[in-house]
Amino acid sequence: MAPSLEVPENIQDVLSSPLKAAPQLIAPEPEHCPGPESEQAGKADSCAGCPNQAICASAPKGPDPEIPLITARLSGIKHKVLILSGKGGVGKSTFTALLAHAFATNEDNTVGIMDTDICGPSIPKMMGVETETIHVSGAGWSPVWVMENLGVMSIQFMLPNRDDAIIWRGPKKNGLIKKFLKDVEWGDMDFLLVDTPPGTSDEHLSVNSYLKESGVDGAVVITTPQEVALLDVRKEIDFCRKAGIKVLGIVENMSGFVCPKCTHESQIFQATTGGARHLAKEMNIPFLGAVPLDPRIGQAADYGESFFDSFPNSPACAALKNVVRRVGEEMGLKPESVLPED
Amino acid sequence: MSLDRVKHIVLVLSGKGGVGKSSVTTQLALSLSLAGHSVGILDIDLTGPSIPRLFGIESAKVTQAPGGWVPVPVHAADPTKSIGSLSCMSLGFLLRERGDAVVWRGPKKTAMVRQFLSDVLWGEIEYLLIDTPPGTSDEHISLAETLMKNAFPGQVAGAVVVTTPQAVATADVKKELNFCVKTAINVIGVVENMSGFVCPNCSECTNVFSSGGGRVMAQEFGVKFLASVPIDPQFVMLVESGKRPVYPEGTEINGHDLGSTGNAVQQNDDTSPLVEKYKSCSLYPIFRDIAKDVTNVVEGSV
Repeated sequence: MAPSLEVPENIQDVLSSPLKAAPQLIAPEPEHCPGPESEQAGKADSCAGCPNQAICASAPKGPDPEIPLITARLSGIKHKVLILSGKGGVGKSTFTALLAHAFATNEDNTVGIMDTDICGPSIPKMMGVETETIHVSGAGWSPVWVMENLGVMSIQFMLPNRDDAIIWRGPKKNGLIKKFLKDVEWGDMDFLLVDTPPGTSDEHLSVNSYLKESGVDGAVVITTPQEVALLDVRKEIDFCRKAGIKVLGIVENMSGFVCPKCTHESQIFQATTGGARHLAKEMNIPFLGAVPLDPRIGQAADYGESFFDSFPNSPACAALKNVVRRVGEEMGLKPESVLPED
Repeated sequence: MSLDRVKHIVLVLSGKGGVGKSSVTTQLALSLSLAGHSVGILDIDLTGPSIPRLFGIESAKVTQAPGGWVPVPVHAADPTKSIGSLSCMSLGFLLRERGDAVVWRGPKKTAMVRQFLSDVLWGEIEYLLIDTPPGTSDEHISLAETLMKNAFPGQVAGAVVVTTPQAVATADVKKELNFCVKTAINVIGVVENMSGFVCPNCSECTNVFSSGGGRVMAQEFGVKFLASVPIDPQFVMLVESGKRPVYPEGTEINGHDLGSTGNAVQQNDDTSPLVEKYKSCSLYPIFRDIAKDVTNVVEGSV
């Protein structure tokens, strides 16, 4: 008989049940392993007959003892910002890349991007470093440096073939995110931008629990204007609230399109319910700005170029720069130090 | 198992989010229904379900019956117009508030997907379309596993893979095609969505997300290219506000003339069901062809 969801479970229970530490296994994980760190470790159906079962089942509960190691590793990073959206394809990665480029225009800033989209990593392509691989040294994994002051980490750098599918369940994804935080030599940085996949699931919960102690400045939420997107974004903001993540503000991307031939403006993704501006008001969060849909932004991303460098005089560029300054402002920084006025 | 009386299962997949999986699912379902087939839609995007919104049935609730959940009906079969029935199941129908976040780790999502595949009372239907979240993770693995174990031979017709044209999207969608190879899911074909936007003012077509990427990808992987689907804001208006699409005279998309014919007839027409109004949409002829392709694949495999 189907159960009812009419009485939803308490979200705090999910948020406050951290991942366990991975136990030392004596045999390879079986095909349907729920993951040695998961709640069901040693207890799932597929655990029956696994040589690790007893070890997994008796592993200590409680918060991951490696969280202090993560906090130590990230102690040199001044600001950490999450880029979130409940909806896919709204421009999280594009905006993350642009934000990184903007922050890095000030040579005194060092900026890092951590791509936690394990199944669909886009950051390497957008930064033009798709074919790079990670170098491992005694001190840890080195990020891939796009510029002298802009480093990137993504699963894409670890794939033998560019198009390989990453067919991983949650616990395995969590394990890699932990490695990205614990084992990567981020060093001293001014900004670490964390790009996320769509949704409110493993990646988001893990990033939240691993970064809680080291402190996150907040989250920038990206959306497109139509209600089908806002519907999912509302859920993401609900998640942030419940998880105690500060929402720095919301950005409306792909907002209006100006025909290059006749300069007529069309609403490709119509804001039938008032768009991000209205949602910001409704949920009482700052509205950071609207960025028009400019096909050249996508082209620049495909070629791994910075849109700011390629089309500095476009209206979209001006809008983006304003949004970047607003993000800085919400983080308590002087807009001028974030991105100098042209 | 509730899938026993479902004749054919078609998955709608994409490695990339926001490319239009749900809107392709919606339109494919409407087109199959218009061709007289009975259709069900199962939405397994648990953290971002879009199907209830697209059909304008967000406030609907599923009912419990002995043996499982009864899916939400969109419209009943109408034999006089040879329209098949259409019903949906989505996590959206099970939430108390539409803005509630569903914060679930993998094992919980797995359990829900399994339950959706075993406890929904579809009844006798010809096509079950399964709309998926982006990626190649818990939901997809569970879906593939459960179908592999429980579906009868030939029941899973394959996957329609949706992409948008730009390289950043096809890069992720290629991973999804490799997922299909690894899990032995037949790829029915690739749909390139958001392929160009025709300015309503001057009819100039701009490739907002570049163009041709889907076709090239299909060639590269040796799978069928089903169609390029342009952006039509009228379709969005249709699902958002129930307004029947009307096009300026002389509008032509993929060789189909869509210029308005008889605005007067459509004025007081707002009570007709979505499936009727969809016939006026510029995208319908494209999806009618996709539906035909899907039907051909299915019939070929039986």
